[in-house]
Amino acid sequence: MSGNPTARAVPQATDPSSGTVSLFDGPAVASALRLAGVTHVVWVPDSALGRWDAALSTTPGLTLVRVCREGEAIGVAAGLHIGGARPLVMMQCTGLFEAGDSLRNAVHDLKLPLFFLIGVRSWYAHKEGRTCDTCPVFTEPILRAWNIPYTVIDPKQHSAADMMACYNAARASGNAAAALLAE
Amino acid sequence: MMTAREALEVLAAHRGKRVVVTTMSAAGVWPALSDTSLDFAYLPSSMGQGPSLALGLALACPKPGVIVVNGDGCTLMNAGCLATLASNPADIWLIIFDNGHYEVTGGQPTAGSGHTDFAALARGAGIARVYTFPDRATWTAGAGEALGGIGPVVIWLQIEARMGQATPAPPRPMAEQIARLRQALGV
Repeated sequence: MSGNPTARAVPQATDPSSGTVSLFDGPAVASALRLAGVTHVVWVPDSALGRWDAALSTTPGLTLVRVCREGEAIGVAAGLHIGGARPLVMMQCTGLFEAGDSLRNAVHDLKLPLFFLIGVRSWYAHKEGRTCDTCPVFTEPILRAWNIPYTVIDPKQHSAADMMACYNAARASGNAAAALLAE
Repeated sequence: MMTAREALEVLAAHRGKRVVVTTMSAAGVWPALSDTSLDFAYLPSSMGQGPSLALGLALACPKPGVIVVNGDGCTLMNAGCLATLASNPADIWLIIFDNGHYEVTGGQPTAGSGHTDFAALARGAGIARVYTFPDRATWTAGAGEALGGIGPVVIWLQIEARMGQATPAPPRPMAEQIARLRQALGV
């Protein structure tokens, strides 16, 4: 990722030696979201993110907004942000590919500092040369094209708290950003 | 049929203190009728995302409610928004201006021109309160009921097509629109 202005290192919210790095299940994610002040998750789930559904939909203070497509998720998040809420958009990278115009409008026309958690299908398999799935090939270039800074989150090494450290860093910067969740 | 201006005049008389989000050609007409801090011209936009943005506003600020005026082409482009509105109840009124054409691109017919039943789409998506007004007289008579109560509500209006309309310009820069809307909403 060196020399790439949009790819960032993971902020160190978790000590890998602390034994908490495996905490990336639904309750851990929901708890981290609430701790960071997120009020709404707007999403179209994939098979990895979808495991968090029960926790996201039952955590007090957190509202799960189910939409039909990812561009719509960004539009809803834009309205939530303008209305004073603190939304986070969750989707698979295929949804990112679908949602380009909505992302362009919300981030670059309306200049809203939205945060996206994007599951990257076949990330591990691609790294190991075990797949012909093109999702991992295009996700990072697409984010660079849209000028969205991002951080890669590896659930085998990072925790939900690490993901929210990325969120908090983005909030502090006042800019839109993304976390890519290796799948 | 009714003109866009006629339809918006009726809306102006009944909108109360609700936020009004306008898109595409309606956004070009509405500022002459109302230009308060609660009026939000979604320009520049992402086509089809007006109802989505309005839903987000309504979810974030349950009061005073949000009215969004959307075109038929915009609605077709993001028809899933009807199911989303049904799935996430909020005080939101989606008004569909159906003129059967893409006005700002030269007046080409939409894929749904003349045959798509937006009321049936809305009901089928799970929205209970759906109204259809084919002309100004019926819209004038029914607007009070349609725009009252609680959302979500879909209102389908038959609008005269205006060929060759230019894409309207926003009444003020987007940053200013957002800032004054947020101030009006107290956020």
